Amino acid sequence: MSGHTPVPQGAPGRELTPAGRDRALPERFENPGLPAHRPRMADVDPRAAKRAERQVATLFGISAIGTLLTLVVYFTIKFDTPMSFVTYLERLRLSTGGLGIGLFLALFGIGAGAIHWAKTLMPDEERAEDRHLLRGSDQVRNDALGILKEGAAETGIARRPLIRNSLIGALALVPLPAIALLRDTGPLPGNDLSTTFWKPGMRLLTDPQLQPIKPEEMRIGSIAHIVPDGLDKSPDYLEEKAKSAVLLLRLDPNDLDAKSQPGAYQGLVAYSKICTHMGCPVALYEQQTHHLLCPCHQSTFDVTQDCKVIYGPAKRPLPQLAITVDTDGYLVAKHGFTEAVGPSFWERG
Amino acid sequence: MSTTARTASSVGNFLDERLEASKGVKFLARKIFPDHWSFMLGEVALWSFVVLLLTGVFLTFFYVPSVGRTTYDGVYTPLANQTVSEAYASTLRLSFDVRGGLLMRQIHHWAALVFVAATVVHMFRVFFTGAFRKPREINWLIGATLALLAIVEGFAGYSLPDDLLSGTGLRIASSIILAIPVLGSYLSFFVFGGQFPGEAFIPRLYTIHVLLLPGIFLALITAHLIILIVQKHSQYPGPGRTNQNVTGYPFYPIYLAKSTGFFFLVFGVVALMGGLFTINPVWMYGSYDPSPVTAGSQPDWYMGWLDGAVRLTPGFFEFTALGFTFSFNIIIPALIIPGLVTAALFLYPFIEQWVTGDRREHHLLDRPRNAPTRTGFGAMAITFYLLLLVSGGNDIIASQLHLSINDITNTLRVLVFVLPPLAFVVAKRICLGLQRKDREKVLHGRETGTIYRTETGEYFEVHAPLDEYRRWTLVQQEIPGPIELPPPYDENGVRRPGAYFDRIRQRVSRFFFEDRIEPVTPAELAESHEEHEAIAAHAEEDEEQRAISSSSVPVGD
Repeated sequence: MSGHTPVPQGAPGRELTPAGRDRALPERFENPGLPAHRPRMADVDPRAAKRAERQVATLFGISAIGTLLTLVVYFTIKFDTPMSFVTYLERLRLSTGGLGIGLFLALFGIGAGAIHWAKTLMPDEERAEDRHLLRGSDQVRNDALGILKEGAAETGIARRPLIRNSLIGALALVPLPAIALLRDTGPLPGNDLSTTFWKPGMRLLTDPQLQPIKPEEMRIGSIAHIVPDGLDKSPDYLEEKAKSAVLLLRLDPNDLDAKSQPGAYQGLVAYSKICTHMGCPVALYEQQTHHLLCPCHQSTFDVTQDCKVIYGPAKRPLPQLAITVDTDGYLVAKHGFTEAVGPSFWERG
Repeated sequence: MSTTARTASSVGNFLDERLEASKGVKFLARKIFPDHWSFMLGEVALWSFVVLLLTGVFLTFFYVPSVGRTTYDGVYTPLANQTVSEAYASTLRLSFDVRGGLLMRQIHHWAALVFVAATVVHMFRVFFTGAFRKPREINWLIGATLALLAIVEGFAGYSLPDDLLSGTGLRIASSIILAIPVLGSYLSFFVFGGQFPGEAFIPRLYTIHVLLLPGIFLALITAHLIILIVQKHSQYPGPGRTNQNVTGYPFYPIYLAKSTGFFFLVFGVVALMGGLFTINPVWMYGSYDPSPVTAGSQPDWYMGWLDGAVRLTPGFFEFTALGFTFSFNIIIPALIIPGLVTAALFLYPFIEQWVTGDRREHHLLDRPRNAPTRTGFGAMAITFYLLLLVSGGNDIIASQLHLSINDITNTLRVLVFVLPPLAFVVAKRICLGLQRKDREKVLHGRETGTIYRTETGEYFEVHAPLDEYRRWTLVQQEIPGPIELPPPYDENGVRRPGAYFDRIRQRVSRFFFEDRIEPVTPAELAESHEEHEAIAAHAEEDEEQRAISSSSVPVGD
């Protein structure tokens, strides 16, 4: 509803009497200054003040109880007697929760008490303090400038360019050792990013059981997590695993396209498990659609199309590990990966 | 003199004679600080930082910063006899075998989340109220640095347990380093001490997390607070508040009690969260291994927006040329976008200063509605941020709502360009609308909620004029207009140097300040009152003519 309505007689705050057209009005309103202080209950009623005092003391008392509770929980909930794992976890939950509640009361009581005290019993009359411009007065600024100039003149830096220039040169050089000293933080990459643990004829072992597998153990639609034989003996176990983890899948051979075929063995295909986007393990397999999905950024690879990217932020397909069987009938790598696995890097090309 | 008083006076004397303590007390104790709930946000950040220091020290007593392999033989039986890193084993020991250890770990993690959240919200408060304006630009820069470092510190912290989830996060971090053109693989090998994951990184990260960054935090927070005291706190506009004063309550005793009390409140609440709400249950993830992963991998919320940007960027941005790989699918979301966000954050105060040409000190805050363009920018930034955060959880949304993840991602790819500008326009329009509402309120008074019915069946609500204190808040603002610059050609037809940049500046300035609503002037108010009276007089005439009892009819003065 529009505000063009008359106001009943005696409406509060109506201080502007009919404005005389002849009276010159200021350009802007003027700041009316701080409103008058309105006393609180505790300011005028001693009983209210006493009540506030008791409330503050109660809050501090609650804190003391909280402290006590914390100590009681800490010392009475015991973990040193033999007990089942489930009991242990239950006690742990009880202890953590109890300590948390105890500490909460202990700390919150003090905080709430102090704030209640300040709000109800300490003065609440708003005060004003003058501000001054942060800029120094012209006098002070001139004095400061004079001092700086005088000091600069005393060093003679303007008159002695040789000192100035050699100092600039020396200062420019002095950080170099700091940079050089960081050199030994790590070795040079060499071709570590392009090679993996896989060698020709190396058996495919299941992870984490480390068992070799025969083709007949893999039904169509099944998937296995694979590491190369001998990886667990490697001194750089995690570093090598981060590059050589492989997924072994069995599909109907007719589902595989021509590009996937050369490395496949009776519908069995092995692909690097390390995402070509940011190196996460591509571990989610949709059996019906033959899609591999990376759980980190949802790059989707189609196993039937040689693990080409069909959606998401990755660009390159997952590299294939060509496989065959050895004389004992176990699956082995035909040869190592023919390209770098994992995320892209500058020299990868 | 009582014993207490005697002791106090001798302590005071001791300190004064050695440290000039009396001068310090005189300078500091009665300093006035203004009061507003939004000034508490920075305090939440400060106090949660203190909680982080306290609980963090406790954690260092038990945590072992090493990825040396060890066999886990602690009480958490599901992981019994597994080969895990010492960092992970010590985190489990801290959680399960040290009484209160799990509580401390969870308080630390919750306090970190609260710290980053409070820092960010505090920054938005400062932005929307224009508190970054002269003379507070330096404190804005310090604060922005703190906010960015808080993200790094948080990431470092949750990576330390060396669990599967955080290790996957580190794998992503290493890939971002690898994607840097030319230097990527070298930088990655230096940072990780060789191939990922290596044995060097966790100990290095530990030093950065507990020594380097906290040291920088302490220094910057100290500077932040000293500058606050030197410049005196800014205040919201209101009666009695001017650009030349600060109104509020003295530090001693009011804020000493309130602020110290508030530290205990923050600590208490975070302790309760740590006690009752499980956070980062690393025992469920297992020690880091580059091969397994869990579905629905999510970073802590403050990293989520970057992860979201990475998820949205399509793979075709990567290409190979001249035998080198250009991974723009990673460089754009993980390096360029955060770089641009950082640049915008650091430069904004100076951009606004350039646009307004305003070199005055500002100690009175803007009500966000009175700076519609700035508020629009803020809304745009928040929208952009939230969309990226949502994108970081696209898999969760897909699985919870049973939608296609590709559809969600495609939609978000479009929205991230469409919604932020829309948010700008909407927020700006809302601000202008609110300003008009303020004018309306000043001119025609506030709604009283009293409804009158005239004898002809007409209803109206009575409006009561604002008192001068309430009115002042609504009329005090100075709304800047577009800058006026001298014409590009002088009287001799010669082009002024810098005329080209002036034209750009003029355009930007117009964009900022073309739409503006001036506050009500006393003359306008007087005019509006005359109108009211005319209506009232008219009503009175009506009444007399109809000779209806005046008792039931409201009449103007």
